[in-house]
Amino acid sequence: MKQTLPFLLAGLILAIMPVAHAQDETFNVPRSIEAGSAFSIQNAGSGEAALYIVGPGQVLKRTVQLGTSTYFPAGSICNAGHYVVILAQGSGTTTRSFDVTPVSAPASLSFFAKPSRLPVGLHDGITGAVYVFDVYHNLIVAPTPVSFELSSPSGAVQKQQVSTRDGAAWTTMDSTSQQGSSKFVAQAGDVSSTSIIRQVPGDPCDLKVSAQPSGQQLDLQTAPVRDCSGNAVPDGTIVTFTETYPGGQSTVDVPLKRDIAEVKMPARDGATITVASGVVLGNQIRWGK
Amino acid sequence: MLRNSALVCASIILASGLVAAQPDVTVDTSQLKGPRLLEEQTKAAAIRDYLESWQGMNEAFQQNQPSLLDEDFIGAARDKLADTIDEQAKAGIQTRYQDRAHHIQFLFYSPEGLSIELIDDAECDVQVLDHDKPVSTVPASSRYIVVLTPAEVRWKVRVMQADSK
Repeated sequence: MKQTLPFLLAGLILAIMPVAHAQDETFNVPRSIEAGSAFSIQNAGSGEAALYIVGPGQVLKRTVQLGTSTYFPAGSICNAGHYVVILAQGSGTTTRSFDVTPVSAPASLSFFAKPSRLPVGLHDGITGAVYVFDVYHNLIVAPTPVSFELSSPSGAVQKQQVSTRDGAAWTTMDSTSQQGSSKFVAQAGDVSSTSIIRQVPGDPCDLKVSAQPSGQQLDLQTAPVRDCSGNAVPDGTIVTFTETYPGGQSTVDVPLKRDIAEVKMPARDGATITVASGVVLGNQIRWGK
Repeated sequence: MLRNSALVCASIILASGLVAAQPDVTVDTSQLKGPRLLEEQTKAAAIRDYLESWQGMNEAFQQNQPSLLDEDFIGAARDKLADTIDEQAKAGIQTRYQDRAHHIQFLFYSPEGLSIELIDDAECDVQVLDHDKPVSTVPASSRYIVVLTPAEVRWKVRVMQADSK
């Protein structure tokens, strides 16, 4: 009995070892697959086992017949990620892992363009950032060319070609010198996304006011108010007229109407009249003595 | 005496449990690209909210409750994780993602401030339970690409995608 026991134990170990070894070697899982593509998992042995494919992006469970290949048709796993594969038979388990990579062709973009409205002639005033996704909305992390294009109302186009880094690309553009709506387009492959950027006139430039007497009053009127690129400053922009006279000061805020602002103020001898809009100061008029 | 010893033991067990629950975290901003400066406060908030998202994910997957994702995830990331929870609930599976370490590298802060992209070399234990019976616990090292976007009061995960380290 003493002699047979070691032989029995050795036999048992030898009997178990090749099976375990064979199972390790023949539990073949692909190293990586493209999202949505078909794949197979091969396993050795005999009997039934449970096969788990687990990741935050997807979970699959199959009852498999050991010694056969388990086929997963196209579309079985579409979410890119790192997956753990567990083959469980009885109390024994074998684990593997594999990656599901994004499809390389872009299918959608997340395009952030800012601001939606800005003054003309601003250097690096417009920014765009884009994330590139495949058909299953996986972020395509491989470098992907992206073009940014800003077309102004006059037809002038600014273009920039960049490559994504870890799925993201960004650019900055100058706002054009002409007011109006510009199309800001990001494109990767056949997919594009468009944002509309409204470019408005900048601050008034060269504000000029003239005065005409009208009885006891002065008719004050600005010349058509333009920005430094020659765009008409929008109606409603506030122009402030200030009359400073010996012993006092009066101020009137007037909105622009059809490019000009006008107001009547008392004609006082020795008065000084100034005009301003925002931080821009216009000319100065001295009235009377 | 016995009572005191029991209290001390309980405190140690509790303390060790709490320590185990806290993953090691390192942060690197040296690879950050983009014209926008990542302020210290923004960085701290993004890290805090991202790490909390792991807790939220773990609880949601453990309890098979997709609604537990709502606080931390948004958009496609939320939808994909919720779909996975539905799948595992149908299959009678629960999973547990116990994170042990995060090596976070900030990659990109978009110029308009509407997204932060980071890479997280995460180490975690993935435990699978089938009908409440533990199947296996597998240590996993993965490189997560994460995009965070600002929500009302916090950063939420909009993209969370892993591959092998």
